[in-house]
Amino acid sequence: MSNIPETGRTSRITIRLVVLQVLVFSLLLTLGGRLWYLQIRNGQEYDAKAASNQIQQVVTPAVRGSILDDRGVPLADNETRLVVSANRTDLLEQADDGTAVLTRLAGVLGMKPKDVEDKVRLCDAHTPRPCWNGSPYQPIPITDAATTQQALQIMERREDFPGITAEPTAVRQYPSPDKANAAQVLGYLSPVTDKEVAASEKTDNPLLRSDQIGRSGLESTYDSQLRGKAGVTRYQVDNLGRVIGKAGDTPAVPGDNVVTSIDAKVQAITEKELNDAMKAARTTYDPVTHRNFKADSGAAIVMDNHTGQIIAMASEPTYDPNEWVGGISFKNYQALTDAKSNYPLLNRAIQGESAPGSTFKVVSTSAAIRAGYSEDGPYDCSSSFSIGSQVFHNDENESYGPISLARALEVSCDTVFYGIAYDQWKKDGGTDPKHPKDWFYKTAHDFGLGAKTGVDIPGEVSGRVPDRQWKKDFWEENKAGWCATAKKHKNDPNPPLKIAIAIENCPDGYVLRAGDSVNYAIGQGDTLVTPVQMARIYAALANGGTLYQPTIGKAVVSPDGKTVTPIRPKVTGKLPDSKSTLSYINQALAGVVTEGTADWKFQGWPQDKIPLHAKTGTAEVSGKQSTSWFDTYTKDYTIVMTISQGGTGSGGSGEAVRRIYEAMYGVQKDGQKIDPKKGIMPQPVTALPKMSGDGAAVTQAADTARFDDFFANTPAGGPAQDPAPVLAALTPTRTEKLLYGRKYT
Amino acid sequence: MSAHTYAVRRFSPEKSTLGKLFARDSAVRRMDWLLLLATVVLCGIGTLLVYSATRNRTNLTHGDQYYFLIRHVMNAGIGAGLCIGAMAIGHHRMRTIVPFFYVLSILGILAVLSPLGSTVNGAHSWIVIGGGFSLQPSEFVKISIIIGMAMVLSAKVDAGDQVQPDHRTVMQALGIALLPILIILLMPDLGSVMVLGAIILGVLLASGASNRWIFGLIGAGIVGSILVWQLGILDKYQIDRFAAFANPALDPSGVGYNTSQARIAIGSGGLLGKGLFHGSQTSGQFVPEQQTDFVFSVAGEELGFVGAAFIVALIGVILWRACSIARSATDLYGTIVAAGVVAWFAFQSFENIGMTLGIMPVTGIPLPFVSYGGSSMFANFIAIGMLQSVRMQRPVSA
Repeated sequence: MSNIPETGRTSRITIRLVVLQVLVFSLLLTLGGRLWYLQIRNGQEYDAKAASNQIQQVVTPAVRGSILDDRGVPLADNETRLVVSANRTDLLEQADDGTAVLTRLAGVLGMKPKDVEDKVRLCDAHTPRPCWNGSPYQPIPITDAATTQQALQIMERREDFPGITAEPTAVRQYPSPDKANAAQVLGYLSPVTDKEVAASEKTDNPLLRSDQIGRSGLESTYDSQLRGKAGVTRYQVDNLGRVIGKAGDTPAVPGDNVVTSIDAKVQAITEKELNDAMKAARTTYDPVTHRNFKADSGAAIVMDNHTGQIIAMASEPTYDPNEWVGGISFKNYQALTDAKSNYPLLNRAIQGESAPGSTFKVVSTSAAIRAGYSEDGPYDCSSSFSIGSQVFHNDENESYGPISLARALEVSCDTVFYGIAYDQWKKDGGTDPKHPKDWFYKTAHDFGLGAKTGVDIPGEVSGRVPDRQWKKDFWEENKAGWCATAKKHKNDPNPPLKIAIAIENCPDGYVLRAGDSVNYAIGQGDTLVTPVQMARIYAALANGGTLYQPTIGKAVVSPDGKTVTPIRPKVTGKLPDSKSTLSYINQALAGVVTEGTADWKFQGWPQDKIPLHAKTGTAEVSGKQSTSWFDTYTKDYTIVMTISQGGTGSGGSGEAVRRIYEAMYGVQKDGQKIDPKKGIMPQPVTALPKMSGDGAAVTQAADTARFDDFFANTPAGGPAQDPAPVLAALTPTRTEKLLYGRKYT
Repeated sequence: MSAHTYAVRRFSPEKSTLGKLFARDSAVRRMDWLLLLATVVLCGIGTLLVYSATRNRTNLTHGDQYYFLIRHVMNAGIGAGLCIGAMAIGHHRMRTIVPFFYVLSILGILAVLSPLGSTVNGAHSWIVIGGGFSLQPSEFVKISIIIGMAMVLSAKVDAGDQVQPDHRTVMQALGIALLPILIILLMPDLGSVMVLGAIILGVLLASGASNRWIFGLIGAGIVGSILVWQLGILDKYQIDRFAAFANPALDPSGVGYNTSQARIAIGSGGLLGKGLFHGSQTSGQFVPEQQTDFVFSVAGEELGFVGAAFIVALIGVILWRACSIARSATDLYGTIVAAGVVAWFAFQSFENIGMTLGIMPVTGIPLPFVSYGGSSMFANFIAIGMLQSVRMQRPVSA
């Protein structure tokens, strides 16, 4: 093109045009370079950004599994309630931050506007409860007890309630079948803490901030099985958060059901009998303290001897676990943790410690036989026993003359055990021990005392065997204090008891004295046991010496009932006794019922048909009334009941325990007649409840049924006599989902 | 009709109409076909991109996914007609109607400032006609200024009176440009002012005006922008846009949102793109104004580096042909007109694509032939018609 003639251009202009062209193309090159930089060099980074831009996750909480009793009756399950929730994102988009809507809502729900506003504020260090601890993007529940009428009012006037939804939601409930409360066994749920959320982040089933987790009891032990897995739906969204497609859908996996060995009916009776026994004790005069027994707390356990499974576990005082549902109110929480309430949250069957009293004598008997003392004796059951200047009395100064060990158990003769224990203490070297055998302490450890039984609910305490090691440790811990007290009072000629003990213990408090040993042998002194430990021991005596780990969970069953993972009974120990010793003790304990300390409560008991074995105990507690213990067993079951400040074992619990057995076996009122058909549990329940297909039915079909009932029972007088229009009006709620505050259909 | 009409004699043999159209030295044979091809292809790609960007925008399309597509094709058709019209009239004869055109476009931008005008995205530069159409008179001001300045600057040189335009002529030419620029600044439509500045620079460069004018103008531009900034002539939204361009992270949900979302769209396209109609950023409508000012982000995401670079290359072809036309024009007037169009298209494309890529501040100007928008499309096609006219004026090279 260089030879183009007669143009209007001078060479100057040609140069200018070249400059223009160079400028233009350098601009285009700049664009090309920048394109390469964005798309090729950093393309992947932007790709990731685009993905996160467009994907929003909506979490569907999993339905928590049920806790079922041995026959499949739900002890804890879910009910469908109408939950009214508010969406903060939507509220904040409104001109007044949603105040008007919340006030209107409060009017519909019959709540105070302030209460509603408090519920939707976010928790922080300065915000007192109630406040919302969950993710600000999740709907915040305002009430889980809305009526159909209220829900309809909200859903029919959507334009008046932007950001408010009323939806049927699964809510935990503790239905108390047959009035079996089992509060401490079941435990309760409460919202997760930030710490727990953070800790669970790395696991394959992370917690949501809106989640609730089991805090005690079975809800806590089996939390991971019960909880299920939250569903996540990943939506592709546009710039306004409107859904334009689904990017993935992981449906919520409902939690597994836990079948327990608890039998709702036995549980209910056990609770009632414990409560009745305590009430009766409060009307009983205590000749020692010259007032009625306080019976401030108590526990009872029914255990299957063959497996160590717990059929019933009651603890008094108790509470209604439903108080925790939907968040416990401050007032209720204070009431539950108040000293005045005597801590109903404690499960005294595994957390209540006291001296075992004479129920410990089975351990002492075993120890004596192991130590080589003959079963037959005879041993002198005098009214008192002296060591130096100390005199130890039998209860009520009774004396039975020379008797066998068995008879000593039957009549609970303290002096016999004093004698043997003192003898053994001397054999072990007295205050200057040389390779002591310590049969009595060793046997207690062999019986599983001083250690947790491993029962499958949290918070169990281990009790205490006050052996030489413990004395030494205790002395090391306290000698500084004792010696300081002793030094301060060294010239006091007649010090009070507490100071006298300090003065005595300061130089050699680690020494196991004769008094310690003899007191220990009859279950008094520093020994501490829990009811579950004693139940395990007596069940072992019944089953031939096998110590099981007590369990409540029997099987984990998938929601469809198809996958059953049994929780097998676990043998954790063996009683140290020979077969003959066991049968000797067995016989003696049967004698307690027929001609011993408990016979007065078991007049007319069909001992020939249902051989019952028992041991009574009355543990002295300094400064308090004595604790009653009553440990019993038949071929199949062990029942242990203890009442703090409840008097003597047979007096406090004899009738109550008898009535539990009667109900279980079907023993009729007239005494001798037994009708197993009328018994709640004439034999232990070994099979798991039928769950095939039923399993799903237990949770889901039942819910649907309740759900339908709910709508069928629409309040009378309203326009919705026919449930159909109600359902139709609510339908939009369920097809319309919420996504970070934005609705879509 | 009487029979003697057929007896009219001609000096040359008859040729068929088609034959005339394609005869040697005919207008059609002298056209720049490559320029035309590049324009048509660019326009075609633009149509697809506009459709992709708008088919899901139910809030804008009233449920008709072809709403924008149909209007865009109509605009292109009208533009093509205007292009042929401009070719038929020719850039020389245009001189006679330019004063009229100039006054009309100034009246147009004045009308925009009056209550007739509408504010779109903070810029008060539109006249809504109805039926989904609106007019942006500042687009036509670009043509008026190019032709008007070219007329003034080339008159004496083409007449042989001067070798290059003298200062007086340059000042007259600048005077033609200054009036509409001031009016547009009042709108304020910063993007158009910047494009007009580039056009003036290109026109003066091609006119052979003294270097002092060129550099003086660049200096004036810099001083002017500092003054504009300092005197608060700019509205808050324009300053915001500038700040966001410099650092979108400052306000990712506000002003910086546009740029960062556009950048995510383009960056995520990678080498080959996500495929036409498959851009998730595009269908998710994350980039605002995606059918107009940010249409290039659709190309970046769905067509990838290959497609986006192809668009830049097509613009390169148009500019290359336009530069060539400027160099080969038979008179200075033609050269200046062509150079003005080069400066216009080059700067407007650079600014538009540059802002989606985050290297230029965000101003509301369309990408020539690609963005949705009637006024812009019409003006662009008229400019192509003018380029073809300049090209057709010179004899076909042997």
